[in-house]
Amino acid sequence: MTQKTTISPREELVSLYLENLDMITEGSPDILNRFREEAIQHFKLLGFPSVKNEKYKYSKIESLFTKDYEKYFAPKKISFRIEDIFRCDIPELDTHLAVVLNGFYFPNNGLTTKLPNGIIISSLAEAARNYPDIVGKYYNAQAENDTDGLVALNTAFVQDGVFIYVPKGVVEEKPIQLINLLLSTENQLVQYRNLIVVEESAQANVLICDHSLSPMQYLSNVVTEVHVGANASLEMVKMQNEHNDSAQLNHSYIVQERDSHVKTNVLSLHGGFIRNNLKMLLNGEGADAHAYGLYLADRSQHTDNYTYIDHAVPNCSSNELYKGILDDQATGAFFGKILVRQDAQKTQAYQANNNLLLTADAKVSTKPQLEIYADDVKCSHGATVGQIDREALFYMQSRGIGEHEATLLLMFGFAHEVVKQVSIESLRDRLDDLVEKRLRGELSRCNNCPMNCC
Amino acid sequence: MTDEQDKILDEVTNSEYKYGFVTDVETEMIPKGLNEDVIRMISKKKEEPDWMLEFRLNAFRHWQKMEMPTWAHLTIPEINYQDIIYYAAPKRKAAPGSLDEIDPELKATFDKLGIPLEEQKMLTGVAVDAVMDSTSVKTTFRETLAEQGIIFCSMTEAIKEHPDLVRKYLASVVPPTDNFFAALNSAVFSDGSFCYIPKGVRCPMELSTYFRINAANTGQFERTLIVADDDSYVSYLEGCTAPMRDENQLHAAIVEIIAMENAEVKYSTVQNWYPGDKNGKGGIYNFVTKRGMCRGKNSKISWTQVETGSAITWKYPSCILLGDNSYSEFYSVAVTNNYQQADTGTKMIHIGKNTRSRIVSKGISAGFSNNSYRGLVKVLKGAENARNFSQCDSLLLGDKCGAHTFPYLEVENPSSIVEHEATTSKIGEDQIFYCNQRGLSTEDAVGLIINGYAKEVLNKLPMEFAVEAQKLLQISLEGSVG
Repeated sequence: MTQKTTISPREELVSLYLENLDMITEGSPDILNRFREEAIQHFKLLGFPSVKNEKYKYSKIESLFTKDYEKYFAPKKISFRIEDIFRCDIPELDTHLAVVLNGFYFPNNGLTTKLPNGIIISSLAEAARNYPDIVGKYYNAQAENDTDGLVALNTAFVQDGVFIYVPKGVVEEKPIQLINLLLSTENQLVQYRNLIVVEESAQANVLICDHSLSPMQYLSNVVTEVHVGANASLEMVKMQNEHNDSAQLNHSYIVQERDSHVKTNVLSLHGGFIRNNLKMLLNGEGADAHAYGLYLADRSQHTDNYTYIDHAVPNCSSNELYKGILDDQATGAFFGKILVRQDAQKTQAYQANNNLLLTADAKVSTKPQLEIYADDVKCSHGATVGQIDREALFYMQSRGIGEHEATLLLMFGFAHEVVKQVSIESLRDRLDDLVEKRLRGELSRCNNCPMNCC
Repeated sequence: MTDEQDKILDEVTNSEYKYGFVTDVETEMIPKGLNEDVIRMISKKKEEPDWMLEFRLNAFRHWQKMEMPTWAHLTIPEINYQDIIYYAAPKRKAAPGSLDEIDPELKATFDKLGIPLEEQKMLTGVAVDAVMDSTSVKTTFRETLAEQGIIFCSMTEAIKEHPDLVRKYLASVVPPTDNFFAALNSAVFSDGSFCYIPKGVRCPMELSTYFRINAANTGQFERTLIVADDDSYVSYLEGCTAPMRDENQLHAAIVEIIAMENAEVKYSTVQNWYPGDKNGKGGIYNFVTKRGMCRGKNSKISWTQVETGSAITWKYPSCILLGDNSYSEFYSVAVTNNYQQADTGTKMIHIGKNTRSRIVSKGISAGFSNNSYRGLVKVLKGAENARNFSQCDSLLLGDKCGAHTFPYLEVENPSSIVEHEATTSKIGEDQIFYCNQRGLSTEDAVGLIINGYAKEVLNKLPMEFAVEAQKLLQISLEGSVG
């Protein structure tokens, strides 16, 4: 045991993999297993991204892995009814529900739900067995195992996650809600994988909520791959609401075919350390991508958003807006890159990042980047860092609104620009409500949840 | 009639780099290669004091431990640093006292470049320090300037005649360990200009350095140091050209500016190193470290650059805003054509209270070139009420070129306001159409639009330079339209 201090987390994870190889591959479908060996080699080579890596310049990753975490290769038996401990408190929001508990799909009348219109919501491992054609085609098709050590680590260790399949031409109005819960009595490292396939001309709404339900230290390293077929439409809202001891590393990959529409919205309300990677590939003409994000951080929280929009073909458009409010000693970062490839003429790409710094100790770094190789394009980006507009504040005070209330109103208005992009009304109202409470400092968790996790 | 038109068009589109000639002047060179002996040899040739040699050797030892940076958006072929001649100087018997003593070939060269070396050209009102290959050829107007206490001379002379000043300020803004090319320059720099403006003096004329690479297989490593003491003002110009050669030549310079209380320094560059031919063969690698320090309260440093030359440009004129209320601005037009590559921009480091900075960068890319803006705006914790505005526009002429923006904003102070905006587009068909229907040819229309686009920056240049820059813009982009 004395040796342990000299082993780096990278070596530790590699040997953990080698020692438990049987356990990892046993019971895991071949589709998941066949990428592991290559992935662990990549991870061995790449290790954790360091701050010298431009992509991770403002986030220290390796130190997250130096803490002691339990790692499970099969779901730990926790017997309870999920409804007893967790109730989503969004009134009037009726959803198809999928729950992931500590990185494993939580059975809800079995591991697979098939709706009458053909939509499949399932455990990823189960789906790999039941629908090998679909899962095999899209699984690991986008993940950058060879350039990002964290993604390779996920691919090597992954056991489960959620698989959502929307067949051709199916339009589902009711949102599909995916709730990731962290609940345990020990510190945990969870690495799961989601795969979302929206076939041609289909339409879906996916809501992803991340919650921690017990006050332990968690580290999540999650990869989500999304494939959106021609003429299809997908809206994805991700709400992150975990406690200060949790760390989240998210890697989302979205590929869009011809004339497809995708809107993503990431709302980071709470979490000790949040890193969101979003890569959108516009792979068919006429595709349209929207990426929105809001991060509210206080105390010593750290939020870092990385987005990469790849205009690979002509006539596509993208629009990006990320906003952040940083309080106390919080640190925030934004790195947005737009790549317009040589033949991607008639591209329209816009990007904006606005930040509010509330205290002298808060810090923000932003890197909006354009890399353009085509000439017939309209691209712009803008970034600002500032504070509440003194004149607006004065105006409101002159109308009889107290300084504190006026500040809150202005911050709320600032944040609302992102929230208003959510198209489900009941969800939007609820998010507005959550943001307001968060800004007032009244909220650290969902109201109805009996677990006091933050 | 059409024949004639074709002929004119042909002449215009094929017009080449007009400063590409070589001067046949006897040159003293040392053998190729770089080691401690070479550095000792350079130092000995320049009759430098021991502390200078020590400075060089320390820089060299550090450089050996460093690796060439790869983060820029550039494709740099491997450079063999042992295959470069680090010292080349036009041979001469004694230091020229008057113009008559300068080698007539040299004088002819500078005349050809349009550099007013002759003192009778008083009207131009520009004092020039001309640097050919590694050494300063002639500094004009020294005596006139000396009357006001202004020191303007070559670096070699400054080290001999004003060792205290040089020692005090040299490398105080760009330390030898700063980066790979700065370390290399600190080890082997051969000459450059030194300028000191005493307290309360407003420099009566524009000071100018003209850099010229002439000899083959050499690298040029010069160093400029400008110190503006309290309440002084100086405007400084820099121009560069080089002959056309098939092989690439390295230029790694350092410029340091120090502005004390209430001082103002305006530094303008028209960089027109040989950019290589149409197929991207040859050209200068321009890897330059330029940095200013607003050390005193209310000081001001302004960088203006027009970058049209060089095969590869790697250059970030920056400013450290240390004094309270200090102000810095950066205006840049960077043009790349054919296979040129440019990664250029600025850094503004806000340390003092109420510091302000403004960045206006205009990139124009044509042909197969790549043009990147890379900039950092950093506001430190104590920089209360710091203010920055950055605007970076890119214009693309052609579908094979690239334009990129890589801004970094790092803010640690809540009372500061930092804004950045960037756009990328091409010249609109409607704009061309409008000009066409008013009787302007497409070529003229593009020229007009580009000049308008770059005007904000060109306006910041001293008059003589602005005219030259406008012409340069036209020449650089000829043949890239249509």
